[in-house]
Amino acid sequence: MDFLIQLFTDPVAFWNSHTLLISQIGINSILASSMFVVLYSGQLSLAAPGFMAIGAYTAVLMDLYWHTPLALNIATGTAFAGVVGVAVGLPVLRLRGVFLAIATIGFIEALSLGVILNLPITGEGLGLKNPNADPLGGINIVLVSLAVVVFLLWRLTKGRLGYAWTAIRQDELAAQSQGIDVARYKLIAFVVSALLAGFAGGAESHLNFFVDPNEYGVPRTVQVLTFAVLGGSGNVLGPVVGALFLTTLPYVFQQAGDYIGVVSGAILIAVIIFRPQGIVGRGGFAFVRPRWWPRAQVRAPSTR
Amino acid sequence: MGQQILNAIFIGSIYALFAVGYTLVFGVLDILNLAHSAVFMLGAAVTYTLVVNHGQSFWLACVLAIVAAAFMGLVIEYICLRPLRRRRAPPIAALISTIGLALIIVAAIEQGRPGTLFAWLWVDGANPVTMPPGTFPNPTWHVAGLTLEGSKLAVVPVSIALMLVLGYVMRFTQVGRGLRAVAENPRAARLMGIDVDRLISLTLVISSALGGLAGILFGVALGGISPYIGRDSVEVRGLAVIVLGGMGSIPGAVLGGYLLGFIEVLAVVLLGSNVRAGVAFAALFLMLVLRPQGLFGAQLRERI
Repeated sequence: MDFLIQLFTDPVAFWNSHTLLISQIGINSILASSMFVVLYSGQLSLAAPGFMAIGAYTAVLMDLYWHTPLALNIATGTAFAGVVGVAVGLPVLRLRGVFLAIATIGFIEALSLGVILNLPITGEGLGLKNPNADPLGGINIVLVSLAVVVFLLWRLTKGRLGYAWTAIRQDELAAQSQGIDVARYKLIAFVVSALLAGFAGGAESHLNFFVDPNEYGVPRTVQVLTFAVLGGSGNVLGPVVGALFLTTLPYVFQQAGDYIGVVSGAILIAVIIFRPQGIVGRGGFAFVRPRWWPRAQVRAPSTR
Repeated sequence: MGQQILNAIFIGSIYALFAVGYTLVFGVLDILNLAHSAVFMLGAAVTYTLVVNHGQSFWLACVLAIVAAAFMGLVIEYICLRPLRRRRAPPIAALISTIGLALIIVAAIEQGRPGTLFAWLWVDGANPVTMPPGTFPNPTWHVAGLTLEGSKLAVVPVSIALMLVLGYVMRFTQVGRGLRAVAENPRAARLMGIDVDRLISLTLVISSALGGLAGILFGVALGGISPYIGRDSVEVRGLAVIVLGGMGSIPGAVLGGYLLGFIEVLAVVLLGSNVRAGVAFAALFLMLVLRPQGLFGAQLRERI
């Protein structure tokens, strides 16, 4: 409760004392947006942490060995993640649904367990020290880029690309028969998602003094998926709201103490049961109808 | 090498038993039940607690742990799946609600220390513990330079017998026919007078009991029981197994389990233990890209 009281009574002190948390919310929001792009185009791709790892390691290694400026490091990391995104996306995007999800899990696990843990340059299992990190100063970069990302995605979803993605999500075959180049638009979504994740990884590495290889595994991808789905994956703002909600949950429910895992699990179930479409999305609360409660009258004949 | 092959068969049996439960739910409901790995962990944890902290006999503890796991199956169905099914929510919503339940189970075990709320369930917090020697009969033989431990050897016939029983039930009994009908088309099954909700509850109970049993066998034979054994040892590997065998196919899951056991052991022998997990996932990734229908796609395509 103290957390919320401070937020409303003393925003300036709140901002100063929670800078790192706010930056982390920003990073998580960008990650959730990266997940949003693939979900919006109807693909359950879980590759985000892999691209994050690429962005983070590229940025930190450039800084360590070449002492290049931060902006260039993050940009290179992002671009590299995009290139890998094309290389991974081309073979993988033939798969649908759960198969795509598992193939992308295979990709991130092979990357983190097979490549990162075995290359001498990445510090193997020990991770990388990043002495030039700036945990508090990164907040402006993160928040500004989050605003830019959300705005760009909003414009994209309202344009030709967004309509193509919606069509593919709703019915791939119908979209194809309308002359939409399904493979191309899916690849675009995958690469945009990879670029966003790579950027988030690069920016996050600037906030921490240490790049931990264990950060980029399956638990992270499950977390990011939860942000996007719980927030609502039909609207650009949904993933941001989801990331905000879930990242601040442990602080809002500080009384739960050690039992925060139990509490957040219960809240997760409750939210998804009452709002299966996500927090941001059309429609009101979905209440579960007991068996004895009369069913609502359906006026129009249903096709399903 | 002989010892390694034995290890492959033994770990493969556990993977197969775990994956059969996973794939059963996927085959019937088209939903990935991510709480399955938490149920696996619960099976091992309940057995350990009953034996060590409550002084029960090992066999009674096993039975009670399987009952507890089966009960968790009912919890999954009534709390996570049925409300969403009533709302006709997309499958991804069920993914999130089962993640929530897994979070609750793992967090509850993790917080079990003496004097806390969950002390009756678990007292070792996040520490890995191993069954004290002598709690169960463990004869050991030395044959031709190989060490044969009774506890590990028992895993294989138990798993194979259970999978054969399940195969028989699925193929030749009224319940099995009902389940296959629900898997094929729930709506048509309901019109044919099948109680779909009851069969789905039954599916979850069977699947969770198998998962819990796999956990018990894992804990008995390998030790190192901690709140994270489900997440770290079998969650993603279980996914890999059901993809290797073709989604929703029980014989495929069995073969996939043994196959993954062999791939991992081979990777350890040929390339060293560092790359073990990485190689398995690289194989999974390649498999999906080259043969998306699963290794046994053509013959074993029929579900369950």
